[in-house]
Amino acid sequence: MADSELKAEDIIREIKKAGIHFVVALPDRVTSHYLLKTIMRDPDFKVVQVCKEDEGISICSGLFAAGHRSLMMMQYTGLLDSVNSLRGVAVEGENPVCMLVGLLGKEPGVAPTQSKKYGVKIIEPVLDAMGIEHHLVEESGDMQKIVPAIEKAYASTRPMAVLIGREPK
Amino acid sequence: MMQRDECLKVFKRHRKDEIVVAVYMAAQEMTHIMPNDLNYTFTGAMGQGSSHALGIALGRPDKRVVVFDGDGSLLMNLGSLVTIANAAPKNYIHCLCENGTYETNGSVPIPRAGQIRFVDLAKAAGYPKTYEFSNLWDWDYELDNILKEDGPIFVDLKVEPGEAYPEDFRRLYSIEYRDKFREALKKS
Repeated sequence: MADSELKAEDIIREIKKAGIHFVVALPDRVTSHYLLKTIMRDPDFKVVQVCKEDEGISICSGLFAAGHRSLMMMQYTGLLDSVNSLRGVAVEGENPVCMLVGLLGKEPGVAPTQSKKYGVKIIEPVLDAMGIEHHLVEESGDMQKIVPAIEKAYASTRPMAVLIGREPK
Repeated sequence: MMQRDECLKVFKRHRKDEIVVAVYMAAQEMTHIMPNDLNYTFTGAMGQGSSHALGIALGRPDKRVVVFDGDGSLLMNLGSLVTIANAAPKNYIHCLCENGTYETNGSVPIPRAGQIRFVDLAKAAGYPKTYEFSNLWDWDYELDNILKEDGPIFVDLKVEPGEAYPEDFRRLYSIEYRDKFREALKKS
């Protein structure tokens, strides 16, 4: 495996380092097979499957209210579907919803804003317009972004998104 | 048909240390009828009450979580019935204040008002126990048992508006009160 590729086990290690035990998820084509399924088999995680992504924004907020950290896993299409919940629950509600978002169809090595895929192209501008911090994770060297991003989200009680640019293996 | 505020007053008499999540008109009334640091009204977007309550219930399996949801709200998040049944929190009680309208938004009727069997939707989603109440006496009589049974439990309360209470949306979504809730829950 080339050093620049993403490893699911590395992402899982970083998530655990950040103190995450609850994962709220709706399957994302980018991260389902190697990442979500592995997490679902891992006894260190409690996985809450949702029927629609906006539920997850609120479940994560409820978990925060109860004193727990959590991670919401979804595809970028689900994030776009959840914009009102992101607005009212995560941003205005000052809840540190941490999202791991698969950028299905993004071309390798191409910045999301330069993608030919419309939905991928608009994801970062949408997050910017909402004031939601985001970090692109596409290569093994990007792993170091994950824990500080989660820590900052909880310290500031603000949401953030880790955008997964390619399928982790 | 019961008055919603009277339902909350009955609940107040039975309440011990449960966490109560409420949305819209039930939330407005709750802040007057039973103020409590373990009240949670910070749901942020319509339809999300049941989901916030699930997060809290999963995070604190040692505490009973009762949510007073609205029928218009639940229709916006019907999938949450399946999500909740799948997560199967034993400490979760989902009360629906069914008044057939979007009361906060001008009392426009919900689609198929009065013709939806919400308990059937909950049962089909996988809730192991459901109740339906249209008079206060039955609600009062069963409530102690409901608060002890393993959930998730779905309770359909057939209600109409009662007394008018002052509305304060800033209070409902206040970060200060949300943080007070977090602190109170940590200590309880």
